[in-house]
Amino acid sequence: MLKIENLHVSVDDKPILKGINLEVNAGEVHAIMGPNGSGKSTLSHILAGKPGYTVTEGSIQYQGKDLLAMEPELRSREGVFLAFQYPVEIPGVSNIYLLKAALNAIRKHQGLDEVDAMDFLEIVKQKTALVEMKQEFLYRSVNQGFSGGEKKRNEILQMAVMEPKLCVLDETDSGLDIDALKVVSHGVNSLRSADRSFVLITHYQRLLDYIKPDFVHVLSDGKIAKSGGPELALELEEKGYSWVEEQAA
Amino acid sequence: MNSQSSRYITEYQSLDVELPGQNLSWLTQLRKDSLARFSEQGFPSSNAEEWRYTNFSAIEKKLFIPSSKKDIPEINNAALASYRLEGCYSLVLLNGRFVAELSELSDMPEDVQLCSMAQALQQFPDEVAEYFGKTVANEDHGFIHFNTAWFTDGWFLKVPENTVLDKPIQILNVVSENELMAATRNLLIVEQNAQVEIVESYFGLDADTYLTESINEVFIGQNARVNLAKLQNETDKAFHFGGTYVKQERDAFFYHESFSFGAQIARNEIHTDLGQGSECHLNGLYLGAKRQIVDNHTRINHREPNAISRETYKGILNQRSRGVFQGRVIVYEDAQKTDSEMNNCNLLLSDDAEADAKPQLEIYADDVKCAHGVTVGQLDEKSIFYLQTRNIDPETARNMLTFAFANEMVEKISLEDLHTQVLDLLLLRFPQIGIRKEWM
Ligand SMILES: Nc1ncnc2c1ncn2[C@@H]1O[C@H](COP(=O)(O)OP(=O)(O)OP(=O)(O)O)[C@@H](O)[C@H]1O
Ligand SMILES: [Mg+2]
Repeated sequence: MLKIENLHVSVDDKPILKGINLEVNAGEVHAIMGPNGSGKSTLSHILAGKPGYTVTEGSIQYQGKDLLAMEPELRSREGVFLAFQYPVEIPGVSNIYLLKAALNAIRKHQGLDEVDAMDFLEIVKQKTALVEMKQEFLYRSVNQGFSGGEKKRNEILQMAVMEPKLCVLDETDSGLDIDALKVVSHGVNSLRSADRSFVLITHYQRLLDYIKPDFVHVLSDGKIAKSGGPELALELEEKGYSWVEEQAA
Repeated sequence: MNSQSSRYITEYQSLDVELPGQNLSWLTQLRKDSLARFSEQGFPSSNAEEWRYTNFSAIEKKLFIPSSKKDIPEINNAALASYRLEGCYSLVLLNGRFVAELSELSDMPEDVQLCSMAQALQQFPDEVAEYFGKTVANEDHGFIHFNTAWFTDGWFLKVPENTVLDKPIQILNVVSENELMAATRNLLIVEQNAQVEIVESYFGLDADTYLTESINEVFIGQNARVNLAKLQNETDKAFHFGGTYVKQERDAFFYHESFSFGAQIARNEIHTDLGQGSECHLNGLYLGAKRQIVDNHTRINHREPNAISRETYKGILNQRSRGVFQGRVIVYEDAQKTDSEMNNCNLLLSDDAEADAKPQLEIYADDVKCAHGVTVGQLDEKSIFYLQTRNIDPETARNMLTFAFANEMVEKISLEDLHTQVLDLLLLRFPQIGIRKEWM
């Protein structure tokens, strides 16, 4: 599904990602951990197509296509979803309208008609229930005045409506209380399927208690310093990142 | 004498125009004094600090004349329909003069006085004299004096104490002839504990080159409430000056919203004097296209303690248009515990558009809470990217964000019909934004 090869990325001539290799197959869940500033969010932004970065070397293949050549909206319509670490507030654009516009844009891309108003409400009702969000949030401006946890739930709601194939979650668990963490995890788990993959960026093992990863990678100084199975996360929890960094050095 | 304005003065002297209250000596004297002041000053020029961004000298190159009493044109009532608000009393001023046949004032509660200024000056001149010119006594610029000297009509409304008017009142200001000057003078008196909601609409009908000049003097009694909305939508050849000057007594509440779709040059002034514990909310949305200039000038005088003021003005400026926001808040020495917030945000849609934002805070009391903020800029790139990651193409994203920017002000409109009208105008004014109905 996703194949990242020797990816080098700089911002203003400052190298941030320094040769990332990562392959994610359909149905897999990959966790990416790593110290602050190691480049995790940068990697997620590159996948989503955020402007302002320069790819100096390497390539990203998504479903056999050159992802880097695609506009951000094309990537998302083709199924790449990013749940932001810091979701943007958009005053004046209602949540429900954004959901509808997002859904219809995908449908158009797939050659389908716009969703029927009643069907849409039904879909949204189901998905808000999935993330245990009150209906009133739908009619508020996107993320405006939402608490940190509410913003993260809202990202998962959007993901549930858009039904992407590759879901990149950048610290969706940070700042969540334990109940919200369960809700978000439940949302993610219910979306897991054989043809949908996840990349979970996190600092905390506790997320991985709820969402069992197939692989765990440690990103350090712009490179993947170590990869392993779920047990790697436990080891990291115990020994800290310095252990990996020393090994890699 | 100002050489330009002298033209208006000499030309006007030979006009055969009936002005209201010509039998009243106090008014005749006032008109005379104002004329003298106008002949010294002329229309405001950009030399004056309060006018530095807006040059009205184009008016002086033209000659706009008042309509005489004789020739109130027949107009098609149906043509007004699209501007009327449902469920409101209406008072129509056509070319600066009241037209009873087009107005709908029946079933007005008996103790509420609503009529044209001409009628008021005829029927209860002493009552008019008590209020006339009081809130503009310290205003000193050409438009004020010109208006006082030459107003042809206007409206008078007095809501007696403890009266809550059952329906809003719409004042429809229509100009149907080119080269016309529609100067109206209006008085709104809302006695203690009374409440009223008013919408002023300004537009041209079969006319595009004219001058609108309207002055409202507003007196809000103790604990009374006034909601005043202004919808101004004139062509890019028209000139508009509209000023509202308010005196708020103790605990009086004033809510003003302004939707200014511009003219060639439009100037909106709102000045209010806040009594103890009173509250004012000034909201504004102004849009400019082509070479339009929209100038908003507000002044909030916190003269007494414990008053609250909230002001939010937003501008969207396209092509070569210019938006001006000058917001002054003055907190006088006695106005302790003042709570004031002022915000002005401008969205520039083209490289040639310009926004001049000048908030001014003058604070002479020490125990106050005052905040102000100004932004001038383009759409937020982060928001555009966020929408792109939600499948939206960048052009649609820009349109959505522009609409959202305006909608923040529009969605506050509580009167449903006005809400619809403003949205429709938004669609018309910015066809290139491609606002879609479903965003509303
Ligand atoms: N626009 C930018 N300009 C300069 N430096 C940047 C920019 N964006 C990111 N960086 C730098 O790149 C490095 C990686 O940042 P990134 O946000 O990817 O880290 P992260 O692994 O997500 O950290 P965290 O765990 O704190 O979220 C940091 O040193 C950061 O300061
Ligand atoms: Mg990060």
